[in-house]
Amino acid sequence: MSNAAVADKPVSTLQGATLPKWSPYAIAGGSIVVAVLIGLLGSLDSKIQWGLIAAILFVVGTYVIAARVEGSRQAKDRIATSLVWVAFLLAVVPLVSLLWTTIARGVKVLDIYFLTHSMGVVGDTEPGGGIYHAIIGSLEQVGLATLIGAPIGVLTAIYLVEYGQGKLSKAITFFVDVMTGIPSIVAGLFILSLMLMWDMQPFGFAGSCALAILMMPVVVRSTEEMLKLVPNELREASLALGIPKWRTILKVVLPTAIGGITTGIMLSVARIAGETAPVLLLVFGNPFINNDPFHGAQASLPLYIYQQFAQSAGSGAAYDRAWAASLTLIAFVMILNLVARGIARWKAPKTGR
Amino acid sequence: MAKRIDVSGLTAYYGSHKAIEDISMTVEPRTVTAFIGPSGCGKSTFLRTLNRMHEVTPGGRVEGKVLLDDEDLYGHAIDPVSVRREIGMVFQRPNPFPTMSIFDNVAAGLRLAGSYKKSELTDVVEKSLKGANLWNEVKDRLNKPGSGLSGGQQQRLCIARAIAVEPKVLLMDEPCSALDPISTLAIEDLIGELKERFTIVIVTHNMQQAARVSDRTAFFNLAAVGQPGKLIEIDDTERIFSNPSVQATEDYISGRFG
Repeated sequence: MSNAAVADKPVSTLQGATLPKWSPYAIAGGSIVVAVLIGLLGSLDSKIQWGLIAAILFVVGTYVIAARVEGSRQAKDRIATSLVWVAFLLAVVPLVSLLWTTIARGVKVLDIYFLTHSMGVVGDTEPGGGIYHAIIGSLEQVGLATLIGAPIGVLTAIYLVEYGQGKLSKAITFFVDVMTGIPSIVAGLFILSLMLMWDMQPFGFAGSCALAILMMPVVVRSTEEMLKLVPNELREASLALGIPKWRTILKVVLPTAIGGITTGIMLSVARIAGETAPVLLLVFGNPFINNDPFHGAQASLPLYIYQQFAQSAGSGAAYDRAWAASLTLIAFVMILNLVARGIARWKAPKTGR
Repeated sequence: MAKRIDVSGLTAYYGSHKAIEDISMTVEPRTVTAFIGPSGCGKSTFLRTLNRMHEVTPGGRVEGKVLLDDEDLYGHAIDPVSVRREIGMVFQRPNPFPTMSIFDNVAAGLRLAGSYKKSELTDVVEKSLKGANLWNEVKDRLNKPGSGLSGGQQQRLCIARAIAVEPKVLLMDEPCSALDPISTLAIEDLIGELKERFTIVIVTHNMQQAARVSDRTAFFNLAAVGQPGKLIEIDDTERIFSNPSVQATEDYISGRFG
């Protein structure tokens, strides 16, 4: 080919050198191999160090290779992409590791017997026993807390979005924000001070009250955001039909937002289901089954986990029970989340033809 | 059934901002009255004062009188909810309730606002959908969501929803501005039929539309941005478009405005 022929062919301004599609995978594989080699040769014990070295090699390698082949703009684009991937993996690793550890250790004693029996007279260091009493306690306390917290929270949000103007609503918004930041132990102490004033012994409902305090601001905030998303045109359309405001809210606004509101409530339930501090203060814990949340100490799952770890003096049986209870708690929260998603999908405004 | 509206000395505010000033006019029963004028001149605000929707906006308040067959809508014992049952409204953007089916959308006014007999509900829905020229298109999918319809169909669904409660007056705030010409034609035909039963007031930016559908036309204008809008003149549509008595009207209609 002569030089003239090359000159005749117009050079495209749109084309440039491009790395093949598989190059990110190749660079990732290469960095892992190099990292493993460095780890073995440098006799680094921790696998975490190997992973971090691989991550750094991947980011740097991507940038250098892309800069040589494609140019600096594409290299910057690729480094951004690779940073996002590395950050994602760094975030996922602890999550997966936590789930894996909990499942691996939790399944040892998790069976029907474990779920249907209490600790009763089983000593903390002995094998056997179960979490039935803790499940009952958790369900009752969280259920009662939701019965108190969710309606108050949703109604507060309705007031703020649909009615509130001026100073009162600003004050409520401010206090809701303050409440969001209340540490759970403080909510527990608040209820405890009330109990001491009336000279009461620990009981499940006291814990529910503290949990409701923790739950309310979360429900208010999420419901408020959901109600604000409902277009004003729907409210006006309803009012213009001569529908009173309260029925407009009940029949038009709430159904439109119900999916998001349910999700918000479920997330706040998931949050309070794992609270230990107020339960420790107010419900105290109880190895026996107590079905009555209004009289006597109860157990709850997070409290059970804490007590099994703290009071077992290194006994393997207690550790196994604590892990199994953790797994039950995670499963409980996960099921709640799935239910919330199901409700949200089922109730969401339909767009099909 | 259709009622007459008498407005005298009406002024509306948004907070401290005066949006329209001292408007007086009469809307005869069983006629179509069109409001035309440049953007921001207060046509829509004025329309919303006629069924007390203006006060739904935060800071909205009204001075003056609106008589519906000699009853002052702003009298102290008047319930705005009852006013809105008598004076229905169709909005600029079609806004069917997204959680409800086509049937429930049309039935919403009856179910949520008033007393109704269950046996009548089906008839009323069918009658209203027929009245809005939508029945043939949706009769096989009444329990499908209303938001699945096309824009023009949704707007006719909103009209069916508004006429299902048998209002005396129907207010339309630029009902065709979001629609294509064919849907617009369908709605304009519908307005021609509806005026046999209702008093209709329509806000439009489209002067040809005002000329096509209305019997009377009112021209609104504002002296400058930030000034309140005023009614310049109201007259028979033919006269407004052929020989208006105010120069500003002629300038606006012939495109020499501004």
